[in-house]
Amino acid sequence: MMGKALGKIYIVLVVLFMYAPIMVLIALSFNASKSRVIWGGFTLKWYRTLFESSAIISAIGTTLLLALLSAAIACIIGLTASLGIYAMKKRDYKIMLFFTNIPLLNADIVTGIALMLWFVKFMPLGFSSVLVAHVTFNIPYVILCILPKLETMDIRQFEAARDLGATSFYAFVKILIPDLMPGIFAGFFMAFTMSMDDFVITYFTKGPGVNTLSTLIYGEIRKGIKPEMYALSSLLFFIVLIMLIIVNISARDNKDKSDLAAY
Amino acid sequence: MSKKLIELKNISKSFGSNLVLDELDLYIRENEFVTLLGPSGCGKTTILRIIGGFETPDIGSVYFDGVDITKLSPNERQLNTVFQKYALFTHMTVAENIAFGLRLKKKSDSYIKDKIKYALDLVNLPGYEDRYPDSLSGGQQQRIAIARAIVNEPKVLLLDEPLGALDLKLRQEMQYELIRLKNELGITFIYVTHDQEEALTMSDTIVVMNQGYIQQIGTPESIYNEPTNAFVADFIGESNIIDGIMVRDRLVNIGGLDFECVDEGFGKNEPVDVVIRPEDVELGSPEGGHTTGTVTSIIFKGVHYEIQVESAIGINFMVQTTQNFPVGSFVGINVIPDNFQIMHKPQSEDEEILNIEDIPLKE
Repeated sequence: MMGKALGKIYIVLVVLFMYAPIMVLIALSFNASKSRVIWGGFTLKWYRTLFESSAIISAIGTTLLLALLSAAIACIIGLTASLGIYAMKKRDYKIMLFFTNIPLLNADIVTGIALMLWFVKFMPLGFSSVLVAHVTFNIPYVILCILPKLETMDIRQFEAARDLGATSFYAFVKILIPDLMPGIFAGFFMAFTMSMDDFVITYFTKGPGVNTLSTLIYGEIRKGIKPEMYALSSLLFFIVLIMLIIVNISARDNKDKSDLAAY
Repeated sequence: MSKKLIELKNISKSFGSNLVLDELDLYIRENEFVTLLGPSGCGKTTILRIIGGFETPDIGSVYFDGVDITKLSPNERQLNTVFQKYALFTHMTVAENIAFGLRLKKKSDSYIKDKIKYALDLVNLPGYEDRYPDSLSGGQQQRIAIARAIVNEPKVLLLDEPLGALDLKLRQEMQYELIRLKNELGITFIYVTHDQEEALTMSDTIVVMNQGYIQQIGTPESIYNEPTNAFVADFIGESNIIDGIMVRDRLVNIGGLDFECVDEGFGKNEPVDVVIRPEDVELGSPEGGHTTGTVTSIIFKGVHYEIQVESAIGINFMVQTTQNFPVGSFVGINVIPDNFQIMHKPQSEDEEILNIEDIPLKE
């Protein structure tokens, strides 16, 4: 009984330490007073000014476009890569997986600088270079989502479709893809989220004039902390939060469906 | 005799350095229920996959109705497969699963609907159209997999250990179902299994395989009663396989004692393998026995006891009998001449592979 209560207090403390700063940030974004210590009443004016700034609007647009495109491209490349890795022999499979995992564990700043050096040599820094960079770090996440799905799938289904008269392309589209769809979706949202909240790699690979939300916030904060930035940061937090909720709900729905079907 | 529908000629196949099939020839007649029987890794599934088009032989050709189909892909062959773990399309309903092949053939909706109903009736699952495969039991999934294959009206149905995942009772039921289906549909079944009981129950013809070679082809009766070598004898049912010497026609010497048998045509004093089925060894009182022995173990198996007898001629017999002989009892042993099956010792290197000691018999 005592242990249980202690456990609960512990959890509350952990959650508090993790989320209290963000809660304060969100609270401040609704604070009418510019001061960080005085509550001047509830207001939406910081959000309003946010949407009046063309730089911010364009940064939001860039961020969303970048996330969508990089996630979609990473999904296509990640899917084909997963199929390739899946078909490999045990040893090659492990080596390949090891190399795809390096970007996940590598420090962002190293990846960012390395990509920047590469881009400076071969292409102008701008939206396209950031896109390529985001696709690059998104691919491992997609593979990580699709490969386990592929692993548990009964590959005989593909052969069964061929046996029943389907060409290999038709069998791929009609049988393999629908079965992999939960994995592809998870990979897409994962990649989308990763792209949304990346700062370091974007910062090093973007050219002048291109700003995502995170680089814009960083730039503005350096000029001085303004309440609009609380609003903008809160906004970024909410978008990522919503994405995570969508991923979780879609994962749960999938599970529910198969659970229901079992009865 | 009906015509040869499928012919495999001189097929060899290896995976890496592992030779799975070696210059294999086999034909299958129309409307036959043929079972490829053998321990795991004997090449039986590879043969099925070559016929189905999922593997290409390194050498050799496959003929279907006289036409070379070696290079055709699976979707171009007039045969359908029932896979080991059913391989139903999990994101489709039962009806969509069954309709898959028909839709590809651009059949009309009403034709497909009739066919689905017909197939579900045939496999005793009427009304299951809208269920998903996940919600079905193993036996039901198996029936759907069969329905999905037969609606395409293949000339040959390939079945890859289709009953392997089912429990004993269901397996026996499905065996009767398959025999019924085969008779109703009048198509050729090629069935792969490592279960000798399944093979004996259902087949018209059994092909016993080991390590990429065909050991014997014959009816269930001939394979059980007249195995051509020690491997077949041991794989099909249980056997006492004993070293013997053929003294002359109709007389075999085992452990220094002569026994009358019915086999002829062996060389004088030729060493042979002697096969005696455990149910053919008769135990009785010591006075009436051709030789005697002591019971060393007895196990109750349901329909019979399985008894080990250490005989006076130095041979350990496995005996199946409905009588109870307690451990330690002194018994007489008799085998009637008809029940000795005499076989040549393996001679060539190919045959040497048959050495049963090295082979794991069952999974």
